Amino acid sequence: MDTANRQSEMLDYIAKQRRKRDLQHYWVSFALMIVFTVLAFLAVYFRKSINDYLIAFFIVTMAVVQVIFQLYYFMHMKEKDHGFPALFLYGGAFVVFVTVLSFVTIVWIS
Amino acid sequence: MSGANHVDIRTLSHPETATLEGKNKFLGFWFFLGGETVLFGTLFATFIALRNRVATGPSSQELFSLPLTFLSTIILLVSSLTSVFAVLAMKEYKIRQMQLWFWLTVVLGLAFLGLEITEFKEYVHEGLGYTTSAFSSSFYTLVGTHGCHVLFGVLWISALMIQSYKKGITTVTAPKYYVSALYWHFIDVVWVFIFTIVYLLGILGG
Repeated sequence: MDTANRQSEMLDYIAKQRRKRDLQHYWVSFALMIVFTVLAFLAVYFRKSINDYLIAFFIVTMAVVQVIFQLYYFMHMKEKDHGFPALFLYGGAFVVFVTVLSFVTIVWIS
Repeated sequence: MSGANHVDIRTLSHPETATLEGKNKFLGFWFFLGGETVLFGTLFATFIALRNRVATGPSSQELFSLPLTFLSTIILLVSSLTSVFAVLAMKEYKIRQMQLWFWLTVVLGLAFLGLEITEFKEYVHEGLGYTTSAFSSSFYTLVGTHGCHVLFGVLWISALMIQSYKKGITTVTAPKYYVSALYWHFIDVVWVFIFTIVYLLGILGG
């Protein structure tokens, strides 16, 4: 067997292992996202016996954590060469944060 | 096997960014997603500011139901998983698998749309028209814009799949498949905030 052939076989093997690991990550992220969703719905389902502000804080936290999984695993932001995507997305998220903050605090609606 | 200036596509682990065009599409699409984030952010801000202004119409607590929202959420979450599997199959150049996963994504997207349409119909039946109150306008605009994105995603991915039977997986088509999956995930990201802020907080009240 010549070296070029052996090298391509090795690269094949590495790529296959990487895909296997990716697949595992996807399943784990998916399972976690389901868990976060179910927890958020359960918190609201038992709203009679839990403090409202606690529930609100909890479900928003669950949403943010779930979105982080979606972004970094499903949308591949954890992979290399994702500096600009992160800049664009967090830039947009910052504008959103400022907009929402101003709308719930200083915008006056009669 | 292959000539000096002919690269076998199967040796590329990232066919979507193998060419300059692919890299540009990838970057440009993320820039677009940043803009989409701002678009939905403004709609969210408007909704949050107006969600208690129900005038004489029904309020969110009277309208929303936990089981229906939960079902929509699970459908969209599963469709996010199927589109991630489609991209994984694309990277392995398994076109039949990729088509299957993307078609499954389309079917789930249609199911989600069907649920949303019946939901809106019921709300209108219960007296929540688009111009009933500030709450109803901001609700329909926010959730409707998301629904339009789902519809566009369904049509876009369907068109790409029809094309894929002819063109297969190349350095030209791979960026399109990749970017359409990103779009689909982004739709799910927006939905996570919709079901939390609009529906769950709405049912919670206050």
